[in-house]
Amino acid sequence: MIIGALKENKKDENRVALTPESAQLLAKLGHKCVIEKGAGAGSGFPDVDYKAVGVKVLASGDVIKNSEALIKVNQPTSAEIKKFKAGQVLITFIWPAQNPQLVKDLNKKKVTALSMDMIPRISRAQKMDALSSMANIAGYRAVIEAANNFGRFFTGQITAAGRVPPAKVLVIGAGVAGLAAIGAAQGLGAVVRAFDVRPEVAEQIESMGGEFLFLDFDESSSTEGGYAAPSSPEFRKKQLECFREQAPDIDILITTALIPGRDAPKLWLKDMVSKMKPGSVIVDLAAEKGGNCDLTKPDQKIVTKNGVTVIGYTDFPSRMAKQSSSLYANNVRHLFDDLTPENNGKVVINLEDDVIRGALVTHGGKVMYPPPAPKVKAVPTTQSNKLLEKTPDQQKTEEAVAVRKAGTFQVGMLILGGLIIGLLGQYAPPAFMQHFIVFVLSCFVGFQVIWNVSHALHTPLMAVTNAISGIIVVGALLQVGSTNFVVEVLASISVLIATINIVGGFLVTKRMLAMFQKS
Amino acid sequence: MLSTELVTAAYIGSSVLFILSLGGLSNQEKAKRGVWFGIVGMAIAILATVLGPEMSLSPYLIPSLIVGSIIGLIVAQRVQMTGMPELVAALHSFVGLAAVFIGLNQEINPMKSYFGADKVIHDTEVFLGVFIGAITFTGSVIAYGKLAGSITGKAVILPGRHLLNILMVVVCLVLGWMYLNDLGWTYLDQTSIWTLLAMTFIAFVIGAHLVLAIGGADMPVVVSMLNSYSGWAAAATGFMLGNDLLIVTGALVGSSGAILSYIMCKAMNRNFVSVILGGWGGGGEPLADIEGEMVATDNDSVASMLENSKDIIIVPGYGMAVAQAQSSISELTKRLRNKGKNVRFAIHPVAGRLPGHMNVLLAEAKVPYDIVLEMDEINQDFPETDVVIVIGSNDIVNPAAQDDPNSPIAGMPVLEVWKSRNVIISKRGKGTGYSGIENPLFYKENSRMLYGDAKKSVDELLTKIS
Repeated sequence: MIIGALKENKKDENRVALTPESAQLLAKLGHKCVIEKGAGAGSGFPDVDYKAVGVKVLASGDVIKNSEALIKVNQPTSAEIKKFKAGQVLITFIWPAQNPQLVKDLNKKKVTALSMDMIPRISRAQKMDALSSMANIAGYRAVIEAANNFGRFFTGQITAAGRVPPAKVLVIGAGVAGLAAIGAAQGLGAVVRAFDVRPEVAEQIESMGGEFLFLDFDESSSTEGGYAAPSSPEFRKKQLECFREQAPDIDILITTALIPGRDAPKLWLKDMVSKMKPGSVIVDLAAEKGGNCDLTKPDQKIVTKNGVTVIGYTDFPSRMAKQSSSLYANNVRHLFDDLTPENNGKVVINLEDDVIRGALVTHGGKVMYPPPAPKVKAVPTTQSNKLLEKTPDQQKTEEAVAVRKAGTFQVGMLILGGLIIGLLGQYAPPAFMQHFIVFVLSCFVGFQVIWNVSHALHTPLMAVTNAISGIIVVGALLQVGSTNFVVEVLASISVLIATINIVGGFLVTKRMLAMFQKS
Repeated sequence: MLSTELVTAAYIGSSVLFILSLGGLSNQEKAKRGVWFGIVGMAIAILATVLGPEMSLSPYLIPSLIVGSIIGLIVAQRVQMTGMPELVAALHSFVGLAAVFIGLNQEINPMKSYFGADKVIHDTEVFLGVFIGAITFTGSVIAYGKLAGSITGKAVILPGRHLLNILMVVVCLVLGWMYLNDLGWTYLDQTSIWTLLAMTFIAFVIGAHLVLAIGGADMPVVVSMLNSYSGWAAAATGFMLGNDLLIVTGALVGSSGAILSYIMCKAMNRNFVSVILGGWGGGGEPLADIEGEMVATDNDSVASMLENSKDIIIVPGYGMAVAQAQSSISELTKRLRNKGKNVRFAIHPVAGRLPGHMNVLLAEAKVPYDIVLEMDEINQDFPETDVVIVIGSNDIVNPAAQDDPNSPIAGMPVLEVWKSRNVIISKRGKGTGYSGIENPLFYKENSRMLYGDAKKSVDELLTKIS
């Protein structure tokens, strides 16, 4: 299949859906790639780079005409849609819920449209999850923008010229973007706190080096698909209280709270901004959806009266176009990987595949959106964790029961053993009983000694016990001088093989132990 | 010539030395001294016996000792550390065979005459000694074959095998009763030796059959069990000869093997009886479906991942032994440690085909033993680990043991590698492990598969990490 990458025509968009690297990998799947002239320029991929890996560079009108599949980053314009042909495959961000008219237009053209934002969030599809890879970049970039507008170090330093306190960063919303922001801010040396309505992400926040702001409230807010859901008024009140407390303390705020299909929740109100220190920076990653902060103006940077900078850019990924293009192109390439099961350049739209079905918006003249719910839940239910963990009290009682059980068992075994030995003593001759004492005591000594053998030395232990069990040679030695020829021969053979055991066993043990060395 | 009392004193000395020798194995430094205790103890025992009053010399004695020593010497020097399991199994078979011969000798030409209860006891001892020895012998031979690869590692299961075993044991019991009561034909003044010989033959079959039915994954238990048997065989010989040294030593070895078997079973969450009877318990419930996909990776990504991490844990398994990858891994460890990374090894008790097998291989490759940790010491550290490299192990890192109650290995303690940030799995192909169980670890989000021979993969990594 010929895959054509279109140049983005949205203002300030630098990304591109095909990189020279992804083109090479797509070629391995049996596809041919073409690209519109100058499409990669904004991301730092000049046309010559594409030509070098065998990608044809075409004039702007020719790409749609000559390709069977089209890849893009943003929604196609109406001019582009007009040129689409029936049966063409289109892969890009479509946002079908927000753009019903676009879906209708595409359907009219009988295009097979796959939306990158509709890839279900299941583990198998992670490699195609463009939302995550873009959010990752946005989170990182948010910290960089904040640092750029923040007049101080992030790290606390004690220098000859004076002491610098570390910057305090608060991240609201610990999705992919939030976590990336936590990691980046942490990496720069800031003190990072983070909040999320889903208590189960606390672990992830801590793993990135952030401190989870715990809200004492009994409500989990996780939905199918791993996104946050709207919360109750009581919860919201408590949450705002917590933020109000934080406002005077923090230097940098990064908000990433989004609810799918709705405007961004207002979490950072005017009064909180006014409580912040002059010079503080707010980066609102939800600006496109209206922003989490009252004062956010989309696509703009403003400075409030009390000196707080509020950044509402909506094009963070595009500001790191090279990085985001290569990740996005990889996501697209992985999707093609799944679409081309035979690696023969033939695209198969498998409606049984959860991932492909999920991303499919229009196909063969039918609107396929919305897809049926995916079968797997991305977030494990918290209930199973609760079942596993026992309270200390429970543990204590269980231990006590176990100890008592072991005790009873031991007493029982002792009584049983005593009875058996008593019975033996009743009938067995005295000589046997003497040997028997030796035997029983040796078993006990053996048990006591062997328990202390370190696990690492189990193989040497086997080798040495092997050598020692060659002691059976003593028995053979006593018989070897027998007058009976058969006995003499058998005993000699026994001596021979037991000697192999002794010599071989000890030497091998020595060899092994000599190898163990301390660092 | 030494007096009986002096011989006994020497035996006491040897016993003490043997106990010290085993006790010395509690740590690596003392262990080296421990072996010398063992060697001295053995020398004293043999000398005392040869010079003792009960001894009469034979022209075959010296040649046997010399030939045996030479063979032992050659074997011990030639054996490769990956071949330890086979050697141990082979040596067990010798003890078993010697016990059988000594028992038969005792029947053909007893050193003393026994009457009444003494005779019953003595005959029982002979019978038991031969029985245990015979099972040890053929069991070890089969175990050797399985470990060396000349017999299929899979469980060979005959139809009605439990019934067959029970039948054979019953026949042995009947033969034993006949033997004790001197029933049967008399031949050349030798009453009832045929019952003993028949039993020996059946015991041979039992030993072979028992081990044949046990799958390769259970080999560590089998080898330690045979170790135990060889000890009990020596102890039984001691009873029949009335020799306390044999009894003491046999009991020490027997209990040692029994404890090892217990530890191995515990490590697999299996019941000793079910291991001995062989095969996995057939599960009726379907296994949980596995979500996700195996994602392959390459040496470049692994190399850069290793460069960027601080805490690394390597989990070796039998695959490492097969590929002889231990020295390459040791070199990798050295280089990573020189870069200031915290590299450690996590050893599962049943990794490999012998208890402690991995430790010996790593020691051979000069990996310092203080960074080689066992499961309980390291399991809680996985969540703080950046990268775990799993080399040739499968079941011991299978999360199904904890998550899936229908898995054949459910409840077996495993190394929780999936809790770390990244897991690299070096594996030859996409197939299942030795026990044929699917491993959901390979499908986890943080798992990456590095396909190919373990040694080759690590060698290629070495070209990228200096």
